[in-house]
Amino acid sequence: MTVPTGNPLPEVPPLTMDTLLQGVWRENPTLVMMLGMCPTMAVTNSLRNALAMGLATAFVLIGSNALVSMLRKLVPGTVRIATYIVIIASFTTVVDYAIQAISLTLYGALGAFIQLIVVNCIILGRAEAYASRRPVLHSVVNAAGVGIGFTLGLVMLGGVRELLGSGSLLGVPIFGPGFQPWVIMLLPPGGFFVLGSWLLLLNWLRGRRPGASPASVPVHNHGR
Amino acid sequence: MTNSAPLPPPVSSRRMLATLGITALVSGVLVVSAYEINRPQIEANQRQALEQAVFRVLPGARTHRSFVVTDDQLRPLGDHHAEGVVVHAGYDRDGKLVGIAAEATARGYQDIIRLLYAYAPDCQCITGVYVLRNNETPGIGDKIATDPAFLANFRALAARLNSDRTALAHPIVAVKHGKKHAEWEIDAISGATVSSRAVGKALNDSAQTLVPVVQRQVTVLTRAPQEAP
Repeated sequence: MTVPTGNPLPEVPPLTMDTLLQGVWRENPTLVMMLGMCPTMAVTNSLRNALAMGLATAFVLIGSNALVSMLRKLVPGTVRIATYIVIIASFTTVVDYAIQAISLTLYGALGAFIQLIVVNCIILGRAEAYASRRPVLHSVVNAAGVGIGFTLGLVMLGGVRELLGSGSLLGVPIFGPGFQPWVIMLLPPGGFFVLGSWLLLLNWLRGRRPGASPASVPVHNHGR
Repeated sequence: MTNSAPLPPPVSSRRMLATLGITALVSGVLVVSAYEINRPQIEANQRQALEQAVFRVLPGARTHRSFVVTDDQLRPLGDHHAEGVVVHAGYDRDGKLVGIAAEATARGYQDIIRLLYAYAPDCQCITGVYVLRNNETPGIGDKIATDPAFLANFRALAARLNSDRTALAHPIVAVKHGKKHAEWEIDAISGATVSSRAVGKALNDSAQTLVPVVQRQVTVLTRAPQEAP
């Protein structure tokens, strides 16, 4: 292509393993990009909640990215955000009903955070920055990677917080009756402590690797 | 957008409308089919959750029937389009009334606490409490749902009527831990007095109006299983 267009990514790179792995590790939404912090802090007080939230978000991510990518040539730029939000909201409602059908206890535990997937910046970000410019298969694979990455991040937080805060994993007691749970881990400060500790550990590991410095890691700081 | 960037070609309003219209249509189909597919399961879950809670506060009950309290009358739920407080009567294997279960709510430390409590008309007492929903502080206030010593308060908490049978003779109250002296008082959890008081308030608010009706209409409840299909 010789004529410059408004589209910054006119050529489609080949589908590689990196399309998937990008979101899982190098640009992990929770541990590297620091996106979606609101549900991350709120629902990771147990492994089960973290896993359910991660999978629900991954489903919405994959479904909406597929549809956005399918419609990318039809949707005019002027109404794209409205279209994406409607698509994301539809998939979120589907997940909302599905979780109510699976377990009302789980639905009660996740509370409003299922509905709030609509405004999750990871999903709108992927739709805008990736799916609106790539073929369906690329978008689905990339969304799956980001979904796995988000679930991984939540599970890493939820596992530690449940283990220390309740002395159990998936509701199964691990430490026996003599264990005094650290209640603070289930409260909001515990979420920040655990996330901070994970980031410290991961950045330290990254810094030790030759040829990489922690400063080169892109850090984005968004509110939600 | 800066002036140097090439402007995108103008989009006709018809195309914008069509795009949004089609998206809304697709969205509508998706949401409605998800709702229709999941509805039977969601309703079954809700029924099961209610039944589990009713049988949990009324151990010994094998079947239950629901009633609505309207204008000081107990009417079977479903027969009338009546609005009001719903109570669930539990019956044992022989069809004898075990007790009734009703919902009670009060504002706790964080959010509304929803309880299901059992009331036994023959002993005029509250015989069990099950927390349906609470957002109390984990490890402190949420002990109202699990603390065995606290739940022991509700094995036979007096809820007797006064002499003119219009309200409770003694309001149900939660008192500070270790200060319980009367059989209508609830011994609060140490460190979770606010949540414990909320439980007391919820029970009192509900029982003050419900117990007089239930006692007056207890025959409606006891003959219910024979009428059941």
